[in-house]
Formats: sequence, C-alpha cells, structure tokens
Amino acid sequence: MTKSSSAVLNVSNLTYRYRADDRAALDGVSLEIDSGGFHALLGPNGAGKTTLFSLVAGLRRLQKGVIAIAGSDIKENNLSALSKMGVVFQQSALDLDLTVEQNLNYFAALNCLEPKRAKVRIEEELSRLELSKKRKERVRVLNGGHRRRVEIARALLHDPQLLLFDEATVGLDVTTRQQIVDYAHYLCDEKQIAVLWATHLVDEVFPGDDVSLLDYGRIVDQGSCHLLLSERGAKNLKQLFSQLVGRRYNEEAVVL
Amino acid sequence: MIGWAGYWILFRGVVVRECLRFLQQRGRFFAALVRPLMWLFVFAAGFRAALGVSIIEPYETYITYETYILPGLVAMVQLFNGMQSSLSMVVDRELGSMRVLMVSPVPRWFLLFSKLLAGAVVSLLQVYLFLAIAWLFDIALPAWGYLIILPSLILSSIMLGSLGMLLSSAIKQLENFAGIMNFVIFPMFFLSSALYPIWKIGEASPLLEKLCILNPFTYAVEFIRFSLYLKFDLTASGVVLFCSVIFFTIAVYAFKRS
Repeated sequence: MTKSSSAVLNVSNLTYRYRADDRAALDGVSLEIDSGGFHALLGPNGAGKTTLFSLVAGLRRLQKGVIAIAGSDIKENNLSALSKMGVVFQQSALDLDLTVEQNLNYFAALNCLEPKRAKVRIEEELSRLELSKKRKERVRVLNGGHRRRVEIARALLHDPQLLLFDEATVGLDVTTRQQIVDYAHYLCDEKQIAVLWATHLVDEVFPGDDVSLLDYGRIVDQGSCHLLLSERGAKNLKQLFSQLVGRRYNEEAVVL
Repeated sequence: MIGWAGYWILFRGVVVRECLRFLQQRGRFFAALVRPLMWLFVFAAGFRAALGVSIIEPYETYITYETYILPGLVAMVQLFNGMQSSLSMVVDRELGSMRVLMVSPVPRWFLLFSKLLAGAVVSLLQVYLFLAIAWLFDIALPAWGYLIILPSLILSSIMLGSLGMLLSSAIKQLENFAGIMNFVIFPMFFLSSALYPIWKIGEASPLLEKLCILNPFTYAVEFIRFSLYLKFDLTASGVVLFCSVIFFTIAVYAFKRS
C-alpha cells in the first residue's frame, strides 16, 4: 500500500511491547485508510488487533511509530485526533438505567456538541438506525442488536471521519450481524466515513474491502481482498488465511 | 480546539447524567438517606443521655447530641457519596464504559474534574434532603446556615471524591473495593470529630486524639460545622482545600498511569 497524505487513518511502523522484555505485541505495523474506505483488520485471537485498536483509539501510549487521524498526530495533537474519530467497542458502554435518548445526550455532551446540534444529530441517527420508537426505552430492556445500534449511533453523533469497530458483532445473531456489517459499508459508501473493522470472522469482509491480516503482531498480508485472493490463488478468505496463518486460524474462524 | 462553551456542555452533560443515575437508582437514593437518619434518630437518641456536650465553638449554648452530630452526618453523606462515585468508576472500568469517556476529545483532568463536581451536585441533593428531614424533626439550624454551608459542602465533597477517585485508580477489581471501603470509610468516620468532640476523644486516648487531628475528614466536618453556624474556620477550610488539590492531582496522575 502506498502512503498518501489524504488518508483519514495513517498508521506507520507501529511497534508495541507490553513489557520491555516481552515479544512485540505489534511489530512494524503500517496501514492506511482513505475517506470512504472499509479496512478489515483480520487475525486470530492474540494476533494484536486489540493492541492496535487501543493505540489508534488513544487508549495506550505510543512507543514507536506514528498514528495520524485526518492529519492530526495522535501523540502530538491527541484531542484533535480524537475529535475526528468514533469508536464502537466490543463491550457495551451504555448506561443500562438510562433511556436511549438520555444515553445519546450524554455521549453528545462528551463530544461537546451544542444542545441544538445534538438534538438534530440524535434525531437523524435514531431515524437512520430505526431506533426512533425506542428512544424513551431504558437500555436495559433492549435486545443485543438494538443496543449495538445505539452504540453505533453514539459513535456517529459528532460526525467522525474515522469509525473504529472492535469485534462489534460478537454475541449477535447472524441476521443482526449482517445488518451491522451492511450498515458499516453503507457509512463508507454514502457518508464517506473511513472504517477500521477489527474482527476474526472472515465472512464479515466484502470482496472489495481492504484487508490487513495480522498474526503474532505482524501484518502477514495486506491489500484489496479480491486482489489478495487472485494473487495467492485462493478460493476465499478462509482458504487464504489458512495458507498464511495455518491451523491456528482454521480452528478459530467462524463462517456463516 | 474546544472553547469554554465546549467545556460547559461537557460538564453539564456529566452532571445531568450523574443526577439521572442517582434518581433512577432508587436503592442508592434511599440508602443515602436512611443511613444518616438511622444515626441521627437511633444512635444519637441512645447516646444523648450518656454523652453530654459542653459549650464549644461554634456553639454559643448547650446543644443536644443530635445537634452536635448533624454536621458529622452531613459529612458522612458526602463520604459515602464520594466512595460510591469511585465505586461506579471501578464498575465503569470493569465493564469497559470508561473507555468511551477516555476517547472523548477533552483533557482527561477535566473529565475527572467534571465527574467530581457532578458527584458534588449529587451529594448536595442528598445533604439538603437529609437536612430537610432533620428540620422536620426540630433539629434546626440558623436559617442562613443552610446557604452559607454551600461552599464547605462543595469543597469537602471534592476532597472526599478525589480521595475515592485516587483509591479507584489503584483498585483493579471490584471485589477489592469492599475491603478498601472498610479500611477507609469506617476509620475516617470514627477517627474524626463527627461523633464526639476531639477533646473528649483525647480524654479517652491521646493516641486516638492525634489520629483524629491527622484525619482530613475531621477538617471537613469542622468546616461544615462552623459554616452551619455562620462562622469560618480558617484551619479547617485550609486543610480541606489543600487536601482537595493534593488528592485530585495524585488521582489524575494515577488515573493516567492506570
């Protein structure tokens, strides 16, 4: 992948160790995502996806390498970088005792959205995610799929240029999972939002998506999904990853 | 860059959320009231006959034991509230929702300070409700005292909330928190002037008296007590302010590290 200054996410030569004498959790990782791009970060458990995700989200301090979000260096200009990014975590961050609307109001405030603007954006996202009828319901009574949609609405309120999904479909049924993957692609196509999608489920990747395959902290292959398949002569992603990562991936991958 | 308006929006959002949480968690709401009321109407009633309180500052006449312990119980409400807020931070961290706070594009010290002040607002709701019930039972204070008390309530709430925040940054698991509560809340409360004047504790044990003098909670109680009677205790307010700054600074540092 060639580097471009217009990339919404630019990760360059990232290396991270949890302890000085440990094996590198990330070793020289680079990737970039342009506006409207969907980039899947694939790899088995322990490959380094969560570490990379935490670094991009600014939850861990950089040791070596550079991360820039829409031109803002996460180390030098942390707050500006964070303001351009939305994050959907694997674990729910919603307050179960508050209503959907109260939760979204809180998250809008966390992103310093003016009340009028917040009201408009909440309305838009609830409507787009078909949650308008649920706005007065407490999150506690929502099912997993609805909660996940509220999480997505939360992450989108401040119109981020980059959206991070960390194993966002874990624990959801097949239909809901597919709806969320489709919605993430819709955001790329229609809203020109760059999406970094961390997962270990190969069926969540579309043929036109960019893919980085991570294993033991290193990127073992990277590029457009269909290009990688044709270059490696693999029938599908699962076969490709079996070739590159071996049995370790085969045992963990779940395919529809 | 976020301007003052942005900081205000965030602060207001955090306060509204903490208030809504408090009001919707009815168990917490009642526990916050029942605890000091039990002390006031059961414990104090039992001790009234056994314990005489001579005229000491800021009082100008003999007072009932209920009147004496009222400021201590106000401080106790704040102590529990401060620890409860930090407990919620441990829960937030365990459940992962703390990460959403951490990816907010606002300096982390301000996020933590907003949480602290939000906790202070919640504790004010509890304190004034408690004082209103006490007033209904004829434990009245000077009328202006209800207003003059406000700065001392806010400052002592910040001090106790900062202490709770400091503890929560050191606690990795929720299970550990119960132990720390026992080792922090009860010693802080009992080794203070909340239940007995310090001179009276000194009569029983000079060592306990010294521990009470070293306890920052004592100064929160005295700051509140003097304010309620429209007087100003420079030492108490100075210690509370100093401890608030120290605890908060260490808490922010510890939080960033953790």
